[in-house]
Amino acid sequence: MTEVFRGMWVISYRELLRFVQERTRMLGSFAMPLLFLVIFGAGFNRMIGQLTPGVDFIKFMFPGLIAMTVLMNSVMSGLSVVWDREFGFLKEVLVAPLNRYGIVLGKAVGSAAVAVTQGIVMLVLAPILGISIDFMLVVKLIPLLILISLSLSGLGILVASRMRSQQGFQMLVQIIIMPLIFLSGVFFPINNVPVWLEVLSKINPLTYGVDAIRQLFLNSNGATAGPGIGDGSYPLGVTVLGHNVTILEDVAIVAILGAVLMTAAMLAFNKQE
Amino acid sequence: MAIIKLEELSKTFGQIKAVDRISFEVEQGEIFGFLGPNGAGKTTTINILCTLLRPTSGRAWIKGYDVQAQRSQVQRSIGLIFQDPTLDEYLTAEQNLRFHAYAYGIPRDTREKRMRELLELVELWDRRKGKVNTFSGGMKRRLEIARGLLHHPQVLFLDEPTLGLDPQTRRHIWDHINTLRKQEDLTIFLTTHYMDEAEYCERIAIIDYGQIIALDTPEKLKDGVGGDVVTLEAEDNEAAVRELEQKHNLSPELQDGVITFSIPNGDTFLPKFIRNFSIRLLSISVRRPTLDDVFLKLTGHAIRDQEVGFREQMRAMMGHP
Repeated sequence: MTEVFRGMWVISYRELLRFVQERTRMLGSFAMPLLFLVIFGAGFNRMIGQLTPGVDFIKFMFPGLIAMTVLMNSVMSGLSVVWDREFGFLKEVLVAPLNRYGIVLGKAVGSAAVAVTQGIVMLVLAPILGISIDFMLVVKLIPLLILISLSLSGLGILVASRMRSQQGFQMLVQIIIMPLIFLSGVFFPINNVPVWLEVLSKINPLTYGVDAIRQLFLNSNGATAGPGIGDGSYPLGVTVLGHNVTILEDVAIVAILGAVLMTAAMLAFNKQE
Repeated sequence: MAIIKLEELSKTFGQIKAVDRISFEVEQGEIFGFLGPNGAGKTTTINILCTLLRPTSGRAWIKGYDVQAQRSQVQRSIGLIFQDPTLDEYLTAEQNLRFHAYAYGIPRDTREKRMRELLELVELWDRRKGKVNTFSGGMKRRLEIARGLLHHPQVLFLDEPTLGLDPQTRRHIWDHINTLRKQEDLTIFLTTHYMDEAEYCERIAIIDYGQIIALDTPEKLKDGVGGDVVTLEAEDNEAAVRELEQKHNLSPELQDGVITFSIPNGDTFLPKFIRNFSIRLLSISVRRPTLDDVFLKLTGHAIRDQEVGFREQMRAMMGHP
């Protein structure tokens, strides 16, 4: 048991050490969400107008972009595994008296810490965009982001446990992550789209992570995920079989996903030679 | 007491037998060499001994600990210097060592003292704050040696410790290894395909195609060649070979226009031989046998000019997790 804990803290310690020393990565991971925020925000905001009273497109998209930041940084846990394998450092880790499950947990915890920090830093943009954040919002947001981030770190490590090159991993990330992001309701409410898109989005577990974050924001901004645009015919949140999914249900779905991914990641990582 | 013990150890990758039922023992305090061409199974064997690979069959023990069942104890007993660098290049020398210390659970008070001691020994104390990606190949190797010893291992594995380094740096690394051995009471297990390096070893196992084909002291292995090695070139090599076989009852080998044969007491044999030989000689020399000759005699091919074929490449690849 001590070897599980030592593995966890030693590995996460190094992940953080690396993060602090790589300033480009720190800046780089903000670039994409910022780009979306500025371009999409400026492009669509006036055209779309209010989605529900008090919620314009930027307010709608912003929580989604926090989710996106967390997601992209979490999956990078896998890149770090591939990087270590390519540059040999993984051997140093694997021959050390550390439990392999602990190593996986350490990678996940380390990259989750990084991802959550990045997500929280995004909050400084909120006042500029006219989004109010209060203390309770942040208190609720942090554990939620940690949960989402740990789940997706599991995905990153699972993918990475068989990959040998960084290019390969980047490619796979493009194939897996981009659809996950675009189908998660970050950019549009998924209740007023063609059926195929709606189905795909509702199968995507990330949708529920985005939904949970968005509901927190909407609630604290005096809006609800309930009745939406114009005549209030559909909600901004996710509905499954006519039922408005609550934050707790969102959390449960993400937690189950996380448990599955993390278990699979541990098994895959342990099996490698 | 045998500190390393292998019993019928095998590892297959698909159809390829990378390591084929090898058994031997290494005594405590010994410096033991594992010699063979690339792809012979050296790295695969080390990877099994250091718990990175599971053997297909057979067993191995380090300090009496089973490498499969008692991984943690094995891992604490061994230090490793791999063929390819395993440092985190974006961290400093000190950060790399500290990571290692944390990973092996070395208590704080011994940690800092031990780090200083080893960094001074490998002459990197002044560069401890330097990032590893600014280090030369030799410096990286020295840092890895320091790191491999941080947790006081009893056995040090060195997989081609001087591969890719220039001759001067190689000598430097060897000075360090020899100093360490005296200071730390280590058993050293090293692989190499440099014959001159194998000479430093007390005992050598020669491995080819996954099998141990000889195991002895370098001296005894060389004695096994059958005396001194005579190399000669004649105007008509074919005729020279015939004459050597018929008149002198020798078994010469003709390779690349050069004839080699071995003979006891070459120094006294040579003058007599030259006087009586009927074919005109272009050159002739006599020397003590090297491990190259041992290898050539045992396998029929030279260690250096063996082509790295597909089979070997596959093995080399599979040997690196």
